[in-house]
Amino acid sequence: MRRIFLFVLTSFFAIAALATPGINMPVGVTPVSQEIYRLHMAAFYVCCVIGAGVFGVLIYSLIAFRKSKGAKAVHFHEHLGLEIVWTTIPFLILVALAIPATIVLSHIHNTDQSGLTVKITGYQWRWKYEYLDQNISFFSDLSTTQDQINNKAAKSPWFLLEVDHPLVVPVHTKVRLLVTADDVIHAWWVPELGVKQDAIPGFVNENWMMIEKTGTYRGQCGELCGLNHAFMPIVVEAVSPSDFAKWVTAHQARVKGDHS
Amino acid sequence: MTDQHIATQDNDHHDHDSHHGPAKGWRRWLFTTNHKDIGTLYLTLSFILMFVAGTMALLVRTELFEPGKVLLNPEFFNQMTTFHGLIMVFGVIMPAMAGLANWMIPMMIGAQDMALPRLNNWSFWLLPFAFTMLMSTFLMSGNAPDFGWTFYAPLSTTYAPKSTDFFIFSVHLMGLSSILAALNIVVTIFNMRAPAMTWMKLPMFVWSWLVTAFLLLAVMPVLAGCVTMMLMDRHFGTSFFNAAGGGDPVLFQHVFWFFGHPEVYILILPGFGVISSIIPTFSRKPLFGYHAMVYATVIIALLGLVVWVHHMFTTGAPMDAQLFFMYATMLISVPTGIKVFNWTATIFKGSLSFETPMLFALGFLVMFTIGGLSGLMISLVPSDYQYRDSYFIVAHFHYVLVSGSLFTIIAAVYYWLPKWTGRMYSERLGQWHFWLTTIGMNVTFMPMHFLGLAGMPRRIPDYALQFTDFNQICTVGAFIFGFAQLIFLYIVVMSCFSKRFPAATSQVWEGAHGLEWTIPSPAPYHTFETPPDLATVNAAAPQLE
Repeated sequence: MRRIFLFVLTSFFAIAALATPGINMPVGVTPVSQEIYRLHMAAFYVCCVIGAGVFGVLIYSLIAFRKSKGAKAVHFHEHLGLEIVWTTIPFLILVALAIPATIVLSHIHNTDQSGLTVKITGYQWRWKYEYLDQNISFFSDLSTTQDQINNKAAKSPWFLLEVDHPLVVPVHTKVRLLVTADDVIHAWWVPELGVKQDAIPGFVNENWMMIEKTGTYRGQCGELCGLNHAFMPIVVEAVSPSDFAKWVTAHQARVKGDHS
Repeated sequence: MTDQHIATQDNDHHDHDSHHGPAKGWRRWLFTTNHKDIGTLYLTLSFILMFVAGTMALLVRTELFEPGKVLLNPEFFNQMTTFHGLIMVFGVIMPAMAGLANWMIPMMIGAQDMALPRLNNWSFWLLPFAFTMLMSTFLMSGNAPDFGWTFYAPLSTTYAPKSTDFFIFSVHLMGLSSILAALNIVVTIFNMRAPAMTWMKLPMFVWSWLVTAFLLLAVMPVLAGCVTMMLMDRHFGTSFFNAAGGGDPVLFQHVFWFFGHPEVYILILPGFGVISSIIPTFSRKPLFGYHAMVYATVIIALLGLVVWVHHMFTTGAPMDAQLFFMYATMLISVPTGIKVFNWTATIFKGSLSFETPMLFALGFLVMFTIGGLSGLMISLVPSDYQYRDSYFIVAHFHYVLVSGSLFTIIAAVYYWLPKWTGRMYSERLGQWHFWLTTIGMNVTFMPMHFLGLAGMPRRIPDYALQFTDFNQICTVGAFIFGFAQLIFLYIVVMSCFSKRFPAATSQVWEGAHGLEWTIPSPAPYHTFETPPDLATVNAAAPQLE
């Protein structure tokens, strides 16, 4: 029985190792996402050490103190010193984790001195982006076709993670996000940007991002919002500030053209 | 009924056998006020609903086997996740724990029955009606409730299907049932203990249930208030949760999680009590640090009342609030750690044997620790921005609840089944059940950690291509996990109805201590009509040695 178990366990981890894309949290491309990643890894290693200690003693006991091997129980059932030790040490570990967590959190809450403000509104089941100072506003809808979802067409590489109009932002610029919703609660989540903010009807939540690398970053709605919760992805395109200026001008000209 | 009841108190004048046996046929079960019968009813209901909610989970996992539509459309998928959660929490875990309480608490404290036997009957019989009503929403026009077991407003109010009103009434009935059961347990433990059974001789299972019952009394009325506010918003023109009318959708989450977080401890604490009974028995050694265990349980429950906002870190809570709730949440890991360390110290230098109850207890210890450690990671607010509402959360709470509640319930059933039925189960089948369940459970939920970290949100019926591999592993694991429970069904049914399994002694387990092992197996219909004496009570409480 044990051999079967070991076999399954090993093969399970082998499969897990082969399928590596996306086994851990992305490091991300913003200062906040990188800080979160480091905090996440620090907490993970602390957990590994605690786990190794507990499971080490447990496994040793399960092997060494078997009745079938003639182990006799030693009747102790209280030890004040030991109990003080395993109350104090975990407490100190917690303090050691709480300090960096508090520092990172204060960075997340610091939305001062932003260079661009985007208002994000969640709808059933699409996102609306408004650049408040540039007078730009548009909806962003899923662009994966229904045929792909119903297995009637080949799936595109970014199946369910592609939209018609992505959010375009400049790199190296602090972008303040004002997040709200029109109907039910949604959540705007892009893992690589370290941002998840609930979009709540009637209330405006703040968050921010400063992307350090040009590229396309994808995410999804993070709060169950009804029927098509899985079908309102988020795509952010980070471009250089000059490309962003060009995009703004082109967009404004196009809108003007549509109106005249 | 009344005659029988008087007879139990006045047994000098009546013939034991003619008055103390159960009634015959369906009347026995419908009208029973006997704690053992009611315990059996609770456990049976829980067992049936476990297969119902488990089937729903397998439907969910089937849909998630690969990207694109497999079997379910999104409406039905959302109903399945909603009902899986609701039924597992309210229909499987809570009734099973109540069943264990009914069976074991009177037998552990030397009482002849629960303090309020008729109330006890009512507490149980509310539940079948509540769940029939809940399930009937599938037959109604429009959708069944499809807003997740956390039913966040306004998705569950303004935007919810019509059947939501039946859901609301059904939650009211479940809450009523839980409150009455909790009252009964508190009153029983306070008033019905054998005179020699002082507080610090109480078995840990009884202590855990006492604390749990107080938690239930504290938070179930809040849940009732929550769904009542939903009903008012839906039909009587109020705007508790509607921003357009001056209300606040986040208020819903505060009220819900003020109930919801203690609820997690309600699901787990009785399981802690079960483990504190089983590990000493199969280590042949008294529980390490009994007093610390009692205090840790009380502290966990108290801290559990002030951490609810950790479910709401991304809702725009102010930083001060986030910090308070983060620190309080982290603090809970200290008493929880004490419990894990004490169980490990109980095993250390014991004389161990690995019968099925012990295997499930050890499975609990390992996997609950994993779930507790991921819980510590989630308590850190900045990281929580990434974990929240992802599969990492799904993995975390299944590690905690499947091991903390389901494994402990299964362990308890194997541990006490011989006492209930008078027959030993098949040890070989029990071992198969354990290994298949444990392998299936880990294959199902371990990859969910990776999926969540890679960015897969929970509650989605379809997903991007990069998540395919791990989802397929999860689905395979879920089917192993699910089908392994058929072995459990077979074992329990055979132990109840077949004569093939060997008869159990009254002691059942070599290393077991406690009053329940001083009475014959199967336990007679009425036990402890005269309370056990001081010597018996002391002999049954090994922490006094």
